[in-house]
Amino acid sequence: MSATLEKGIRVLKEVIDAPIASYFNSCVHCGLCAEACLFYTETGDPKYTPIHKLEPLRRIYEQEYTLLGRLKKMVGLSKAVTDDELDQWQALVYNSCTLCGRCSAVCPVGNDIVYMVRKFREGMSASGHAPAGIKDAVTRTVTVGSPMNVKLPALRAQMKHVEEDYGIPIPLDVEGAEYMVVLSSMEIMNFPEYLAAVAKIMQQAGKTWTLCSTAFEATNAGIQIGNSDLAKVIVLRIVEGAETLKVKTVISPECGHAYTALRWEGPNLIGRPFGFEVKHIIEVLGEFQAQRLLQTEGFETDRLTFHDPCQLVRRGGVIQQPRTLMNMVAKNFVEMPDAGYMNWCCGGGGGASAIEAGEDLRLEAFKKKKSQFDAVKPDRVVTACANCRIVLEESLEHYKMDIPVIGLTEMIADHISEPVPQAAAKPEGA
Amino acid sequence: MNELQFLTWVRGTGLNIAVAIFLLGVTWRLFEIYSLGRKKDLSMPRHASGASGFHTVFRRSLAPPGMLKRSPVSYIGGYVFHIGLAVVVFGFAPHILLISNLTGLSWPGLPSQFIDLAAVVTMAAMLVMLFDRISKPVKRFLSTFEDWFTWALTFLPVLTGWMAVQHLLLPYTTMLALHILSVEILLIVLPFTKLFHAFTLFGSRWYNGRVNAHKGVPV
Repeated sequence: MSATLEKGIRVLKEVIDAPIASYFNSCVHCGLCAEACLFYTETGDPKYTPIHKLEPLRRIYEQEYTLLGRLKKMVGLSKAVTDDELDQWQALVYNSCTLCGRCSAVCPVGNDIVYMVRKFREGMSASGHAPAGIKDAVTRTVTVGSPMNVKLPALRAQMKHVEEDYGIPIPLDVEGAEYMVVLSSMEIMNFPEYLAAVAKIMQQAGKTWTLCSTAFEATNAGIQIGNSDLAKVIVLRIVEGAETLKVKTVISPECGHAYTALRWEGPNLIGRPFGFEVKHIIEVLGEFQAQRLLQTEGFETDRLTFHDPCQLVRRGGVIQQPRTLMNMVAKNFVEMPDAGYMNWCCGGGGGASAIEAGEDLRLEAFKKKKSQFDAVKPDRVVTACANCRIVLEESLEHYKMDIPVIGLTEMIADHISEPVPQAAAKPEGA
Repeated sequence: MNELQFLTWVRGTGLNIAVAIFLLGVTWRLFEIYSLGRKKDLSMPRHASGASGFHTVFRRSLAPPGMLKRSPVSYIGGYVFHIGLAVVVFGFAPHILLISNLTGLSWPGLPSQFIDLAAVVTMAAMLVMLFDRISKPVKRFLSTFEDWFTWALTFLPVLTGWMAVQHLLLPYTTMLALHILSVEILLIVLPFTKLFHAFTLFGSRWYNGRVNAHKGVPV
């Protein structure tokens, strides 16, 4: 499957639809999208203006799908998109775009710019212009099953640790369970507390759940790189796992793009609706809370703030639940400026954190996040995305800011009393 | 061709040509854009109040939180000149008379002093927007020939119309003919330039609102 310019252009022609045509025709070059993009606000460099990141796609649209553009092309008045140009655009489409969607939220003519960036990446990937970092992650996810090379034995080892440390069984491949929990490799390797937290919460709620040995990893770098064929392979693994185990709901982990990949893109990638529901863990916790299945005790007393993962708020609509959950266990919860729907990205979404060449820029862009933290001076930051978490931790360390970052699910689980009698009466996954 | 013949031509043949190109152009461009279609979204929708294509068509006319402060000239200048244009185009009695002759539709006009003021304010706002485009790095960076050209084509009808009413520079008949000619050029160019956003903005806002409403996100 070799990537060529010809193939890339063909893919770009295929992804252009009526919304994209409408968007390009509506742009009046007002530049407001730049004001919404942390890569522009923190560098002041106009090349980071979101709509400019789509210039090659716009030209292909004009040359292929408009009468005037076709005439101009016929008489040699238009500039063809070249390999060199796409190569230059790599840094704009990947390194300096986290698919955070703020540009789409502010465009006065209504252009969904991030929708177009996502589509443009399909052509970039097909023409061989995706960055090596994300490409490698996709290859590992497709061949090994995880972007971080995490295989089943590693998961089994973590399951065993959690079972020993917390005394709660971790069910695997249980047919007919209500929920199937999928993880991000980051959670398996760096934050195993997450698995323990889910086990505790499920036990208290009295819900049956399971992990799946053939589909435990949910991150989808295929979406980030912009390769629908590979993204489909990754999604299909989970769909097959969930349908084999006949679960009702698959719970997407604390990972923004995994959620987008599975919840919104998944059925479109495989070409059919799923036979099960997909929910983000925070949505599930919100439901448990509403149904009084989530009982917490005690409070955190230090100053906490919540960092909204972009894919969860702007691209996912999960806005209120984390706040309700925070207030259940935090006495001193403060909101940052722009929190919620217009929250600023950590700088590492959309695959950006996997691109080594983009690291300096990412740290520069982090100044936006830093200013939000500086405004409320939290003792700790809570979030609901393992990738946000690692990016925040690394960036905070770079700026010598001593603010620990924790996951919301774990924090909730820390406030669940040990329900030993119930556990003995109703062993999970039995 | 003397000035009266010129006026007669722009009022007759010229206007017919311009309106014909405008109508055909708009129809063709709308077809060219929206016939591309889009794929059905197979993911399970999530409903949320205030999230729909229709909501976004209206909501996007307002500045999202924090944006007015970041780019006041774009918003305030933009509101003033768009509203000003609408007032001048649809509120001036002679314009209403023309529209009435063409379509049969009629409504009461606004006082001419008010229209006069609106025209001056509109031109002032457009000049401020032009200055902003020149001085702001992002806008200057994004600007192409089309941006300057369409600015001029939008500005000229307001300027010539105002000058005709004020009897400035040229005899009234000549200035009126130039005014009508400038409007005709604007009509001809509109469907093929960024000025076409006057039509596609509704579709764009609707698509954005619709796609996000599917996820339960009011945008």
